[in-house]
Amino acid sequence: MSIAITTQLICFTVLSLVVIIGALGVVLLESIVYSAFLLGGVFMSVAGLYLLLNASFVAAAQVLVYVGAVNVLIIFAIMLVNKKEDLKPINDIKSRRVISTSICLTLLSLLIRVDVTNVWSLSSPKNSIGEESTIRIGEHLFSDYLLPFEVASVLLLMAMIGAIVLARRDVMSKDISTGLPVDQELIEKSSEPLLTNKN
Amino acid sequence: MMNFESIPLQAFLIVSSALFCIGIWGLLNSRNAVRVLMSIELMLNAVNINLMAFSSYIDNNLIQGQVFTIFVITVAAAEAAVGLAILLSLYRNRVTVDMESFNLLKW
Repeated sequence: MSIAITTQLICFTVLSLVVIIGALGVVLLESIVYSAFLLGGVFMSVAGLYLLLNASFVAAAQVLVYVGAVNVLIIFAIMLVNKKEDLKPINDIKSRRVISTSICLTLLSLLIRVDVTNVWSLSSPKNSIGEESTIRIGEHLFSDYLLPFEVASVLLLMAMIGAIVLARRDVMSKDISTGLPVDQELIEKSSEPLLTNKN
Repeated sequence: MMNFESIPLQAFLIVSSALFCIGIWGLLNSRNAVRVLMSIELMLNAVNINLMAFSSYIDNNLIQGQVFTIFVITVAAAEAAVGLAILLSLYRNRVTVDMESFNLLKW
């Protein structure tokens, strides 16, 4: 990395502030749509952090997969299930908030303590391959990580088929339990919800 | 990267710790199921930042952390697709995305 250290520090500070504040916005904002777009901003800033770490290929993969696929998928899901509903109040919500916040703060302080006090054995910067990391990743993927690479393709195929099977509508002509003909209308509009009165 | 004239490794680790804890908080406190999935993505990103930082500072010749990050990104994409499909199927059956009403497996 040939950028001056001041520029690096400024970039790092801005990117990490965007990451932290954006993540807080994702979990705290009322509107789920704002959360989804802030999540896209967080993913872009994480890609910027990867660029600061000399990893241009992973940064590009992060932008393509997270911003281009996962975030768009989440926005589609929000549009499909976006219904204004009044959530039922929970009686012990206060104590739940307090307990979960204290657990998270404790975990955060523990992690930061480990980060700061541990002595990391940093390798010397002379060995750094720098900009050639893409070539090295390709060598890894086709030599010692060949089996995980192939298994990942099988995993993606399974996930694709599983998502289709789970999300498609029922196309059977008869209901299995009752034997009545199934209406092929939009299920969200017409049919009775199956499990809502079972509590 | 030089030790004394570069961003310290600890800075990246602290950012990723904070991101991970925010993700856990969102996972525990969200009522909307889509927001729970977003929190899981935040936690996966925190882990990725950790892997990339260690790969760049400790293993900067054989960058195995970057290869692991690519596999984590792959699994995260598959997880998001299957999670959202399960969410759509749940919404079709219960007409809500409230996490408190998904209690079919509760004894």
